[in-house]
Amino acid sequence: MAIEESLERKEALVESVKYKVSIENVDGWYGTKRAIKDINLKVREKTVTAFIGPSGCGKTTLIRCLNRMHEMTPGARVDGRIIVDGINIYDKSIDAVIIRRRIGMVFQKPNPFPTMSIFENVAAGLRLNGINNKTIIREIVEESLKNAALWDEVKNELHIPGMSLSGGQQQRLCIARALAMQPEVLLMDEPTSSLDPIGASKIEELVRTLKDSVTIIIVTHNMQQAARVSDFTAFMYLGDMIEYGATNQIFMKPEKELTERYVSGKFV
Amino acid sequence: MVRNKRHDKLFTGLVFGTAAYTLLMVGLVAFSVTKGSLDIFTEEGIQFITGSDWNAVEGRESFGAYPYIIGTLLSSAIALAIGVPISLAIAVFISEIAPPRIGTPLSFITELLAAVPSIIYGLWALFVFRFWVRDLIEKPLYDAFHGYLPFFAKTPFGLDIFTAGIVLAIMIIPIISSICREVMRVVPDSQREAAYSLGATRWETVRMAVFPYVKSGLVGASMLGLGRAIGETILVTMIIGNVVGPSAIPTSFFSQGQTLSSLVANEFNEASSELHLSALIALGAILFILTMGINIVARLLVKKKMKVSSGAKAQ
Repeated sequence: MAIEESLERKEALVESVKYKVSIENVDGWYGTKRAIKDINLKVREKTVTAFIGPSGCGKTTLIRCLNRMHEMTPGARVDGRIIVDGINIYDKSIDAVIIRRRIGMVFQKPNPFPTMSIFENVAAGLRLNGINNKTIIREIVEESLKNAALWDEVKNELHIPGMSLSGGQQQRLCIARALAMQPEVLLMDEPTSSLDPIGASKIEELVRTLKDSVTIIIVTHNMQQAARVSDFTAFMYLGDMIEYGATNQIFMKPEKELTERYVSGKFV
Repeated sequence: MVRNKRHDKLFTGLVFGTAAYTLLMVGLVAFSVTKGSLDIFTEEGIQFITGSDWNAVEGRESFGAYPYIIGTLLSSAIALAIGVPISLAIAVFISEIAPPRIGTPLSFITELLAAVPSIIYGLWALFVFRFWVRDLIEKPLYDAFHGYLPFFAKTPFGLDIFTAGIVLAIMIIPIISSICREVMRVVPDSQREAAYSLGATRWETVRMAVFPYVKSGLVGASMLGLGRAIGETILVTMIIGNVVGPSAIPTSFFSQGQTLSSLVANEFNEASSELHLSALIALGAILFILTMGINIVARLLVKKKMKVSSGAKAQ
């Protein structure tokens, strides 16, 4: 029994070195509506994986399953297993709160806390974790803002409200806020959809740099964006995962006809 | 085209007129209250506010409102201290925690409670609740603390400032909590998600994303409740004990007392002399100023707080 268990653990460990996130037979429900159907997908560490597909295909539902945010919607639930670093985050013994501290998320619309300063916004997660040492907080805030490519623009006005920044800066502030938790996986749900082209290209640039240190999963309705930033792409349609592979392959030589038609812009 | 323009003018004039009505009312109230209380202030001067004698016998008239100002402030403070936390907790439960099938009927019931007339609360307090307060709250507190803490001295009786405060709290809880719930609904889900995504628990999300977003609304709700408590008349008259004169200055939570409005309710019927009537109107004036003052202070507090939390806190 003990040997079996340790063997199992070893296997899980080997698996987790290869793949940061494994999605296994995942169904996502809103009440009786099955929004995503039997999704299987493995994400490699320190890569960027893009979920693409037309509106309503389930890509946002899927990414919200990855940090157990989906279940916060009334009536929503998830079946199946999602394994991050060898741990099934849907295991009964796992607290969703702890999972969300390790898996960061950035949303469609920038959502800094309006009553907090730039500094306090980035420090918010640290304070939640009970870190009160001022020196440590200041160091992490500075590092996170640097990693989010925002430091040079705000270093002299850290005390002003986060809301006074431009849309693109606000989104980078939210990325900094997520990075301050030192997450191993960063989920981005259409992070550029509410930004102007310059703001969007800055975020894209940032995604490419960040993958050196963190595994990124990004949802986008913009195929060019997926092509520009991602290493792997998953194409979803009506709740099904149609095709998943290296981004080059998905865009140049898709195996499925549906994918081919989508990436060549033949259907809406 | 012309017709449309005229309609619009009519509409603008109409809403402007109704808005002007509120200004007019405040002005009229201020005017009659000032005019009515002029007599007593020329007679007593500042003594009317600092004094504590209350004698309406002709020839020996002497009026001082101090005990009733204290009685009003104390009973309302007790009501707020008990009512606001409970109201917030109810609102948080309904808007943030309960699933809709529990939250919706619950919020309906809270609103129903808010519509119960205060005389009903008063009757229930007089015939039922005051005995519970006396036996279950006041006596244990008295037994435990009466030697050391002066505010729990005095043998509990059930008809006192403490009971009035509790019943006022019960009366204002439905009002404050339904407004707070309404206010919290304004918080966009993206704010809650921001907190959840950082690994906040439900309580941390409420503290971090919900409360700060609607702080001024929550203070506003409490102020509305306070306004109700300060001005509440019949309920307080039924249970506060109705003492007059220097002994109405509360020395303990269990003192019998009197509020500005309960004294007016008690005496306006028998106010025969001009001076006595003027004194009662002046109590109204004090109440008016008290309410306005508290409102202004609360508004300033909210403004200042907002500036601090959005500004210089960092570094």
